[in-house]
Amino acid sequence: MNREARRKTPDELLRELQDEESPPKGRLKIFLGYASGVGKSFRMLDEARRRRDRGQDVVIGAIQPKVPAEVQKLLDGLEVVPLREYREGSAMDIETVLRRHPEVCVIDGLAYDNPPGLQNSTRWQDAQQLSRAGIKVIGSINIQYIEELREKVESITGKHVTETVPTAFIRSADEIEIVDAPPEEPIERSPEQQLDANKRQERYCALREMALVMAADVVDHQLSDYLEKHGITQHFGTQERILVCLTPRANAIAMIQTARMIANKFHAEMIVAYVRQPDISTSDGEALEDRLSYARSAGAQIEILEGADPVNSILDFAKSRGITQLFIGHTQTMRRWPWRDPVEKLIRRSRGMDVRIFPQ
Amino acid sequence: MAEKHRGKLKLYMGYAPGVGKTYQMLEEGQTLKGEGVDVVIGYFEPHGRKDTIAKTEGLETVPRLQISYRGSVFEEMNAEAILFRQPGTCLVDEFAHTNIPGSQRTKRWEDVEVLRDAGINILTTMNVQHLESLNDQVWEITGIRVRETIPDWVVQQADEVVIVDLSPRALLHRLERGVIYDREKVVRALQNFFRESTLVALREMALRETAHELEHRGFKDEFLLTPGHSGKDGSSRHKILLLVTSEPNTAMVIRRARRVSDYLQAECFAVAVNPSSDLGTMPEKHREAMEKHLNFARNLRIETRILEGSDEAQVLVDFARRNQITQIFLARPRERSFMPRWHGGLLQRIVRLARDMQVIIVSEREPEPDQG
Repeated sequence: MNREARRKTPDELLRELQDEESPPKGRLKIFLGYASGVGKSFRMLDEARRRRDRGQDVVIGAIQPKVPAEVQKLLDGLEVVPLREYREGSAMDIETVLRRHPEVCVIDGLAYDNPPGLQNSTRWQDAQQLSRAGIKVIGSINIQYIEELREKVESITGKHVTETVPTAFIRSADEIEIVDAPPEEPIERSPEQQLDANKRQERYCALREMALVMAADVVDHQLSDYLEKHGITQHFGTQERILVCLTPRANAIAMIQTARMIANKFHAEMIVAYVRQPDISTSDGEALEDRLSYARSAGAQIEILEGADPVNSILDFAKSRGITQLFIGHTQTMRRWPWRDPVEKLIRRSRGMDVRIFPQ
Repeated sequence: MAEKHRGKLKLYMGYAPGVGKTYQMLEEGQTLKGEGVDVVIGYFEPHGRKDTIAKTEGLETVPRLQISYRGSVFEEMNAEAILFRQPGTCLVDEFAHTNIPGSQRTKRWEDVEVLRDAGINILTTMNVQHLESLNDQVWEITGIRVRETIPDWVVQQADEVVIVDLSPRALLHRLERGVIYDREKVVRALQNFFRESTLVALREMALRETAHELEHRGFKDEFLLTPGHSGKDGSSRHKILLLVTSEPNTAMVIRRARRVSDYLQAECFAVAVNPSSDLGTMPEKHREAMEKHLNFARNLRIETRILEGSDEAQVLVDFARRNQITQIFLARPRERSFMPRWHGGLLQRIVRLARDMQVIIVSEREPEPDQG
């Protein structure tokens, strides 16, 4: 591997990448909020206004029918392509926007379904189409409308939503910005109001946490995409990644439970790996199957590794995936010569990762 | 006895200079003032940023304190003057700042503690890289050892933590337009700290850290939490022990153990093992390093002990067992000490003796070497 190229990477290459990609494809920027009323629309339109002031050609493709006064003020100076009305509802007028072909199109409410019969069944697909046509899209969304988070949000807010956007779409954004302003609360309160306000605050905390983790995941994907596209092997360890190394005899339950707990606390990725052994007994094979299915039910990604030397296979895999924590089991019968002990070898060679040794 | 309420602490967390932390803090200061709160600026660093300076208009500033040090005059926040002025809310920029020697307190966050004790609410700003327990990771990402750090417990006791977010691309635009620094400084900044990949990584760190801060404060509803969020999975039963030695990598073990115990809400202890409970018997160089590490642990609110005994592994594991420790954190041994029979094979012995505990070997997270 060429060290020179690796050092150059992150930034110059990032720029190069952007240059390669920017002409044909528009970009997608998403403002992510944790609840309504935190000011997503304001931030989005404020950016639209600033871009227009800098001389960019900006139109509003879709906006909520009713907006607060301060948002309306921003909106007044901007060109709006009105929604198109259909018998069963309204949708963004994508034909007009495409024909008008602005530099930037602002789209609120990405999760909306379009009325049946249109080319795209949802507004976020409209946004994708505009972006593909070379128009920069600036959109906003609330975490409750992200498919993978919907249930969890619902259990906090009690509100059920039916229209959602897949996480993959959020991840495809070139830029994401989180709007983390606390919602406005009245200052003077009665004791009962105070109690309600406290409960609301707790809920907001949980929602904000989810939004932040979502944004961090998107950012992490962006980072690894860049790095991967340019063959950079450096990992930053910003996201904890746990690799549990299983053997048929390992105390797998304890290892997987601990991994799950730490993964939850650190919002970490959890991978369980097993290095395929050539001739394992039927009983070991069955034990292993049990362990793997337990790992699967704990939400781990499973990786079966190949290789003559298990320690090398594990370390190569760990390095390629930017693992930060390695979990291994340890038999109590220490070899006489530590150099030959695989655990010893693993510890010695796993630089840059923490190793957690489990008794068994 | 009317006990005075402790002042509240609200923290604006960012990932780099120029994302808008100070601006947002001042904006909130203005809003509070509009609502009739008695707001003053305790410390504000203008950095020549016009938009930000404009936001201070109409807010009272408590004059800074001038301190001469080695023939130059430095300016610090004047905590005593603020105490005397007794405002409702005080705005304090750059929470992680270290005061010039000769100041009454070493750190600005210590000044803030005093102000809060007097019932003054504080709004303040910091970047994620100043958090003590992230010091090694920040080094790995940026190649910079951040010297001005804040112990995690100080941040944890903030009443509110808000992230000030801006995409790195937008931040770089600002930088290039000269909003953040003067022209000459921009070139240098772009080469060092403001590389886009560095910014992306730091931003991710700030997002995760703020999410973690919220987790302490959040909605605790049994049914919604996945196993691992509540204490049901037994995470609260964990107790962490770390071994303090005179080796420099002990600082890293302390930070990591602190971080993990914070996340698991586990108790954390640090022990040093010495043939005598009096460290005075150690060679001076070792003793100084040992004491420095024990102090560092105490500053991070880790309980420390010096255990007497010559068999380090045995003494450590006995202590662990007596105290129901479940996880032992150790530094990765240096290459040499893996050699059998040399340096006692401390790690091997601990692993063998601690057969009912998890042993965590903490690795250095180094930045990629620049040359090669």
